[in-house]
Amino acid sequence: MSGSLARTDRLRALALLSPAYLWLMAAVFLPLSAMAFFSFLSDVPFGGRDWQFTLDNYRAFLETPTYATLLWKSVKLGLIVTALSVLIGFPCAYVLAKVVRGRSREALFLLVILPFWSNSLVRIFSWAIVLRGNGILGSTVDAILPWDVRLNLMFSPTAIVIGLVHSYLPYVILTSYLALQAIDDSLIEAARSLGARRRTILRRLILPLAAPGIIAGAVLIFVPVVGSFMEPRILGGRRGTYYGTVIEDQFVAVFNWPLGAALSFILLAVVLGILALASPAIRRATL
Amino acid sequence: MKRFLLTSALVMASQAAAADEIRVLNWQGYGTDLDWAIAAFTEKTGHTVVHEYFTSEQEMLTKLRTNPGAYDVVLINAAYTAQAQSEGLIAPIDSSKIGNFADLDPALVGNEDLNPAGALHGVPWTWGLTSIAVNTADFPELPTSLSVLWDPALKGRVSIRDDGLEAVQFAAMATGQNLNQITDLEAVKARLTELMPQVTTFWSSENDWNQFMAAGDFVVATYWSGSAARSIANGLPITFIVPEEGALGWLDGLSIPASSTKMDAAHAFIDWMVDPEFYVRWDTEGAPATSNTKAAAALPETSFNRAVLGDPAVVAKVQFMKPVSDADRETYLKLWQDLKAAQ
Repeated sequence: MSGSLARTDRLRALALLSPAYLWLMAAVFLPLSAMAFFSFLSDVPFGGRDWQFTLDNYRAFLETPTYATLLWKSVKLGLIVTALSVLIGFPCAYVLAKVVRGRSREALFLLVILPFWSNSLVRIFSWAIVLRGNGILGSTVDAILPWDVRLNLMFSPTAIVIGLVHSYLPYVILTSYLALQAIDDSLIEAARSLGARRRTILRRLILPLAAPGIIAGAVLIFVPVVGSFMEPRILGGRRGTYYGTVIEDQFVAVFNWPLGAALSFILLAVVLGILALASPAIRRATL
Repeated sequence: MKRFLLTSALVMASQAAAADEIRVLNWQGYGTDLDWAIAAFTEKTGHTVVHEYFTSEQEMLTKLRTNPGAYDVVLINAAYTAQAQSEGLIAPIDSSKIGNFADLDPALVGNEDLNPAGALHGVPWTWGLTSIAVNTADFPELPTSLSVLWDPALKGRVSIRDDGLEAVQFAAMATGQNLNQITDLEAVKARLTELMPQVTTFWSSENDWNQFMAAGDFVVATYWSGSAARSIANGLPITFIVPEEGALGWLDGLSIPASSTKMDAAHAFIDWMVDPEFYVRWDTEGAPATSNTKAAAALPETSFNRAVLGDPAVVAKVQFMKPVSDADRETYLKLWQDLKAAQ
């Protein structure tokens, strides 16, 4: 009796889960395996070109120090942008979840999500207008300060970081907000009634309980930023060459898809490696 | 009234029967996509024109390879025509279908790069120079040498195109080498390494260039003569300079992809593109030099193409670009990538 019940349950679960798995197969697994296949070829297998299997694309990464240098540069960029986003985003989320209530919370929430509704390219171009030498920011600062200022943030690593932080900040705010929202206010009241100071409450109560949200947000930001190419290209100028832009070049400009695919998989492996190294710390924080 | 409606319906029907939609692959804002030109072409022939754009020659070849049948006319720089032909991407031109063919400059029609395998694969359309342009307001005295790009006073106000081949060729000219036969690559690399700190950003399209120049992001940059004529016509205060070291010459042809199914309409479009009527009007808006001798003769004396490119002293300084072997291209690309990555 109980056995047949378990079986119907399992069948029902299978039926309910199958759309999701089919979708994952079609949208994630198939394109990814096509790229994995490309990464082992000597040339693209269409347009009447000769190709055979080879490991040369992976060897190219090991033999060319440029790629490793750029990968390290991109990882550093990812770390900086993630750290800044958490530092700015967590206080915002805290204010949203615990300080403001009612209408103003809705309004603030809308403002946080608003950047998500505009195209990312549009956001980056608006930053270009703001940051350039005689742009909005430069002119404003020059008008306010009595002495002559030439503020030119455009075409620098700073511009890239500003553009990326702005693009990805909502992720960490949203995930932290959800985690903070789940913290029962009476816990904080209890801590306060037992004489805990604000800093102690933050360090020993709020941060540990909100950690899963912060970490989820950080991972959501770190992974795409390491592979980002559009923001460095538009805002970075001469110094805008990163690992992501090199991969983009292989696909768009040089027509070396196999090398581009191999570089992408190396990036994937490195990002997974970093997450695996960090996972003990993550598990401790989320338990 | 009834008869009038009937005849117009008949005319429209007959036009619709012969009308094709042709797809043109070109740089954005480069002649073929002018609204008035397309309208005039549609009125003459009934064919409609749709555009798609590329931002580098490699991207153009990629699009031809990956989308067979998607394009009917493609702009190919003469240095790439042979490669496109050898990959079977483009078909030979049927000159009998081009009414203006007899007026084209025989030297350009006979250009060996446009005639791979002994047959014309690209109708010579325009030619011009890649040299430098400066913001006239920042230069009371115009520079006469390429060394202006390396001027320490202009640090952070210089730009070059994000293209390894072109960067190497400019450095080769600056070091006094023949750009089709670069022998001292070390000197080129050293010169480019010195150039990098001067550069504020790289440009990749004419639109980019105009925005950067108008915003004051740079005051001197490499540029194409045809684009310079257009930018000047649009009111940018710039001067195009052919320095004493020389300038890079290029020749653009219009080709028809082998996979095109609308060969007649494609030939008709190319015929309109080399028509003097089209060129003389295009020149008033800023155009590169034409391949049609009748069109060139019809230009006013003050035109950029007559005043700058018509000057024999300028033409004597031009080094025309030859096809570059894959191995050399790869070497230059690698050199360029390494330089960019080191920034």
